[in-house]
Amino acid sequence: MSELDRNAKRSRLSAPSLRRREFLVLGAGALLGARSAGAETPPPPSGRRGQVIVGLSQEPTVFNPLMPGIEVDESVWMNVFNALWNPDPEGNLIPELAAEVPTVENGGISDGGLAWKVRLREGVVWHDGEPFTAEDVKFSLELINSPGFRARTRQGHSLVRDIVVKGPHEISWRMEKAYSPYLALLANTFIVPKHILGKASDPNTAAFNNAPVGTGPFRWSERVAGDHISFVANERYFLPGPYLEKAVFKYIPDLTALYAQFRTGQVDLTIGQGIPANFYEEAVKLPGRKVVANPSGNLEIIMPNLELPALSEKAVRQALYHAINKQAIIDVIYYGLHRPTESFAPKESWAYNPNLPPHSYDIAKANKLLDDAGWKRGARGIRQKNGVPLEFALSTTTGTAIREQCQQLLMQDWQQIGASMKINNMPAAVIWGEFYVRSKFQALLVGTAFRTVTDPDPATRFSSESIPVKGGSGGNYMQYVNPEVDRLLAAGQTSFDRQERTKIYHRLQEIVRDELPILPIFQYAPVEGYKEGLVGFRPNINARQNTWNMSKWYWAR
Amino acid sequence: MGSFLARRVGQAGVLLLIVSIIGFSILHLAPGGPLSQFAATGDMTQEDLDRVARQMGLDRPLPVQYAEWLWRLLQGDWGVSYRDKQPVLRVIGSHLGATLELMLSSTLLAMMIGCWIGVLGAIRRYSVFDTLATVGAMIALSIPTFWFGLVVIYVFSVGLGWLPAGNRYTIGDGSWSDRLHHLIGPCIVLALVSTAVWSRYMRSSMLDVINQDYIRTARSKGIPERRILFQHAVRNALLPMITIAGLHLPTLLSGALVTETVFTWPGMGRLFLDSIGYRDYPTVMGILMFTAMLVLLGSLLADLLYGVADPRIRTA
Repeated sequence: MSELDRNAKRSRLSAPSLRRREFLVLGAGALLGARSAGAETPPPPSGRRGQVIVGLSQEPTVFNPLMPGIEVDESVWMNVFNALWNPDPEGNLIPELAAEVPTVENGGISDGGLAWKVRLREGVVWHDGEPFTAEDVKFSLELINSPGFRARTRQGHSLVRDIVVKGPHEISWRMEKAYSPYLALLANTFIVPKHILGKASDPNTAAFNNAPVGTGPFRWSERVAGDHISFVANERYFLPGPYLEKAVFKYIPDLTALYAQFRTGQVDLTIGQGIPANFYEEAVKLPGRKVVANPSGNLEIIMPNLELPALSEKAVRQALYHAINKQAIIDVIYYGLHRPTESFAPKESWAYNPNLPPHSYDIAKANKLLDDAGWKRGARGIRQKNGVPLEFALSTTTGTAIREQCQQLLMQDWQQIGASMKINNMPAAVIWGEFYVRSKFQALLVGTAFRTVTDPDPATRFSSESIPVKGGSGGNYMQYVNPEVDRLLAAGQTSFDRQERTKIYHRLQEIVRDELPILPIFQYAPVEGYKEGLVGFRPNINARQNTWNMSKWYWAR
Repeated sequence: MGSFLARRVGQAGVLLLIVSIIGFSILHLAPGGPLSQFAATGDMTQEDLDRVARQMGLDRPLPVQYAEWLWRLLQGDWGVSYRDKQPVLRVIGSHLGATLELMLSSTLLAMMIGCWIGVLGAIRRYSVFDTLATVGAMIALSIPTFWFGLVVIYVFSVGLGWLPAGNRYTIGDGSWSDRLHHLIGPCIVLALVSTAVWSRYMRSSMLDVINQDYIRTARSKGIPERRILFQHAVRNALLPMITIAGLHLPTLLSGALVTETVFTWPGMGRLFLDSIGYRDYPTVMGILMFTAMLVLLGSLLADLLYGVADPRIRTA
């Protein structure tokens, strides 16, 4: 603790150092966790006091938590609604609407994962005073699967059969097949009120969708479109808190303007995309502000299209990987904020394999790999094999200057090994359209995640059944096919034993590290900031937004 | 007069139809769509994406989608925003107030200062003031607004702490003085450019007028210089300004894309940017039609007002 404290003080006074960054990235969560439990933390107020203004660079516009939304919408969902359980920063599921998380040990999950039984918390009421019961859970799960409803995702839910309400606070169902990631998917499935949405003629357009009623710590108050949403404390919340009287999500689309408002104090926190890396050095020195880089589950990767002849060969991908100067990318372009990684799993995940071979920036080795594989240098020094030149276009979204710089570095490095990379950038709406989901790219530079919500299962990204352009369903846009990977993915989904699953995912990470269907560069740690005096802010890599525990925030007096 | 109006309205109808076809085609031919952002997060599988596209009717042929949109519009139904999940007209309405507040104040400010600079520059042509005004106008026209906006925020908000760094009002306050305080920054930024524009228009219009015979006649009759200036020159020089003001009407309501973004001003410009980014087809089409109508209305109003203000036009 004292060592950490010294580092913390140093970090606000001294010149930039690698050590500080490591501390910020690795230690911030632990430190904050320790702080909130420590003796120096002021106690929460007895009543509800004050308000907090959270600055967001995207505007939440989807308030029905079962409809298609993006991460920022979840900030609203997780404060207005509750799921059955919720993951804490360590990845443990903490019961919310459920009285306990079903496991094989407690009998909640039985028959080889096919029978599920959930006991629900008693005494929970909706914001309008109606009691919460098992009927609401049944209604929510059935709504997701009802044909006319624009549900966000039916992943996992489509396996649910025979939902039976056994009493006001007990529900059970059967699964078509054993599917362990469903626990994590349910942690991201917010329960909606049957007594309101059940009466709507069309749940897609119900008035509820613009004035949500939940069980969560905050009640919906008002929305000024394009500007802000405000919430008030739910006095009847069933868990401790909330301690704040009011909370506001303020939409500030320009990241520079958002930072300026954080500086001037017009917003109390800036989370999500947070503070642009180029302001980081300045931000950590701001008086009265705490600025931390909080690891997220997103990775910056190069996604090759494995059906492109030039990129289909393992040796080529390994050579390209060796020729990436990761440290230069992280230090020079990303201000040293992020950590290099070898895995598709975040380092904080219980399934993370720490023993993967470390990447080395080695042009000579890359050249040798290509020589050995029969790629000969031809015209303009570009290698070719069987008439296929080692040429491809790397695409990313336009307007992200930082990624464009990264592309230039990659281009220079790969030139040295006889690989010719072109830049083909397009607006986000174009990149994420057919270009991405129909695998029309040659290679992409993207930030994305390879897990199922917070479960380490990456089947939708690596399984050969998840290639949309080949008739599959999922997000295996690089079109990776490997029978052993398919087997491991299937085994991981049917097992509920964490030790067994860990072994499976460790092996999976080894294979992916060797075959490189994605070239991992680093794991993101966006810079977030909040005002000193705000107690309870606790980053959670397993939550989609760090407003996950807003009910526990309060101002020190 | 009646036939003139009828002809203009008929032309407007045809123009709006053409605008809608072109707008709809370009919008839908641009790659990507309202669901692509969900693909980016990786939470929705392809199956989910295809299903939602089907449920939203996005998989139907474009002519069918256009015909349905047009048919509904003719019945007064502007559609429901994909992004906001509310009727398009309500979405536009909720952003109109902010834009009107900002644009009206900055335009009035710019018109008053700009016309004054223009008149002064014209009657003292090639004086030090005129030269400075000309150079100043060129600089003001050349400064990129986003840069100037950020400089204003950096100097007056972050540095001096005199002005808020954006927003329309303080959440929880919203009093008259609080709103005014928030208005100053973006108003100055927007007014700077339009002041330059207005001053150039006014200067050239004024130069035209003061070289006219009737001004010389007035002077030869011994009318005091002040009266010549205000009663004869400025009044006539302001006539072309009516046209410019009329054409300015759509700008008043469609907002300022850049300034609204930099100053976190929840107006029409921001709405348009957000809707384009989201590929919120109903809202983008709504804003497009709304703006097109304003352009037509503005020029019609200008023509009508011109007749009111200038007897020569009325009789002609």
